[in-house]
Amino acid sequence: MNSDKILKYILFAASLLILLISGAMILSLVQGSLPSFRQFGWKFLISDKWDPTRGREQYGALLFIAGTLFTSILALILAIPLAFSTSLFVAEYFRNTGMASVVSTLVDLLAGIPSIIYGLWGFYILRPFIVDIGLSSQGYGIFTSGLILAIMIIPYATSLSNTTIMMIPNELKEAAYSLGATRLEVIWNVILPNARSGMTASYILAFGRALGETLAVTMLIGNSNNMPTGLFSTGNTMASVIANQFGEASGLQLSSLIEIGLLLFVITTIINAIGKYIIKKFA
Amino acid sequence: MTQMNVLLENKKMNFIPYFFKGRKVKNGLFLSAVIFFSLITISMVLLIIGTMIFKGYHQINFAFFTQTPPNTFEAMMAKSSGKLIPGGIANGITGSLYMVALASVIAIPFGVLIGIYLYENRKKRYAGIIRDITDVLQGVPSIVIGLIVYLWVVVHITNGYSIFAGSVALSIMMLPLIVRSTEESLKMIPDSLKEAAIALGTPYYKVVWRVLIPTSFTGLMTGILLAISRILGETAPLMLTALGNPAINWNIVKPGAAVPLLIWQFYNDPNMVDLIWSSTLFLMGFVLILNLLAKWIAARRKF
Repeated sequence: MNSDKILKYILFAASLLILLISGAMILSLVQGSLPSFRQFGWKFLISDKWDPTRGREQYGALLFIAGTLFTSILALILAIPLAFSTSLFVAEYFRNTGMASVVSTLVDLLAGIPSIIYGLWGFYILRPFIVDIGLSSQGYGIFTSGLILAIMIIPYATSLSNTTIMMIPNELKEAAYSLGATRLEVIWNVILPNARSGMTASYILAFGRALGETLAVTMLIGNSNNMPTGLFSTGNTMASVIANQFGEASGLQLSSLIEIGLLLFVITTIINAIGKYIIKKFA
Repeated sequence: MTQMNVLLENKKMNFIPYFFKGRKVKNGLFLSAVIFFSLITISMVLLIIGTMIFKGYHQINFAFFTQTPPNTFEAMMAKSSGKLIPGGIANGITGSLYMVALASVIAIPFGVLIGIYLYENRKKRYAGIIRDITDVLQGVPSIVIGLIVYLWVVVHITNGYSIFAGSVALSIMMLPLIVRSTEESLKMIPDSLKEAAIALGTPYYKVVWRVLIPTSFTGLMTGILLAISRILGETAPLMLTALGNPAINWNIVKPGAAVPLLIWQFYNDPNMVDLIWSSTLFLMGFVLILNLLAKWIAARRKF
């Protein structure tokens, strides 16, 4: 056998590692959540009871699914105007200027800040501020975590949007300008229709990020097992309940936490797949 | 007559002051909104970094790098007498470096090999599937990675929380980043370079080793540095795998500390608040330096 063949086999074997990891990942998650699934079945998804008391243990994921969706959707709503403006700032209005590079470097920096630092900042700076302006008495809850998540996902929402906006051919914009369009009209009628799919994809991918964020949310959401009733109500997300209860969990509770992990895996994978599909289809 | 009308129109237009012309007003308002929201975004970055520097710098001293954290009582005594908290985060620094090094040793060779495979088999359906799965792997929430590695390594291999488990978790997070960055930087190499080598009858492994890797080296380095800077701050997966350790530990099958894990522990202990900010500043500084290094290398690259 010649060396070319050997290398080809080595490369191919390495590629199997990806299959192995992802396959084993799904397998272990499914296997780990079997005891809980046997006990609660599909009701696990719609039950809002989470009671680890020995003897009358009962687990359901609805509270956490709701908490995760509420915080992430709020984060997306808050992040879109910021990310959209920053993209236009960097890729259109001040394109190729020093100011744009300063702004884009700072936004890139946001992506480099670890989750736990966001959590600390939210806890020590943002939370007291929210208490001071009287929005809520403790400062914990959906709104605080959503706000921090919004800041965290801005870089993910802008990076792809920037490239799509920059890729729009100048001729299209110049044609609009030559017809007397204002900058806003060019943005509205030329840039947005052309960059729409790329921007949508980047917001969806950013949403996927928000779903899986753990520590920043754990530190700010209040970690109470109740249905979130409003913006300032406390709650719990799928990731934060795993982080909070994993240390002491065993038996059925551990299995339920693993099932929540499986759910989180499935949800984020679907969201990411949608984002990637949009990119592929319209690229 | 029509000319008259046009003139009248113009005259009418001239009566309207500049800033009342609807389209221009909208245009200006929109620009102000864009600038306003962009300013909010960058002020958030500056606020976060400013807080860290302002609150963290006075704890950074020699002991911070060489000693392990004090216990709650020592910290409380120091705090009540208005002194700096004694001790540092040496266990976290060594633990973080240990785990990141081990994770790199696992993830970089495999990641580069898989990246080369994807580059060489770009058109194959199987390679496309591997690429998609790599993207899925990259999107898996870090806490889920921690959960998996707990089930694999903590339960079955090391029979308890360990540095090895932490490294495996970090390497799984690193792998997809390295694979994609390797593929992307290989794609930048002009085909003619590779073809020239092949035309000379060079065996394939030599083409990879002497042409592909050297020419894409800066790209590979950028990818590796960015991947390391991403995993340095990971906390959630380590909580489920490495757990933390109050002392410096080099034993791979025993629990180990890491800077982000220490931050989490300090956060749960009200006496340690001052150490939080200096640890945060240290972590952020480290991540930032890696990022800048990566950018610097990327700016110098040819392919």
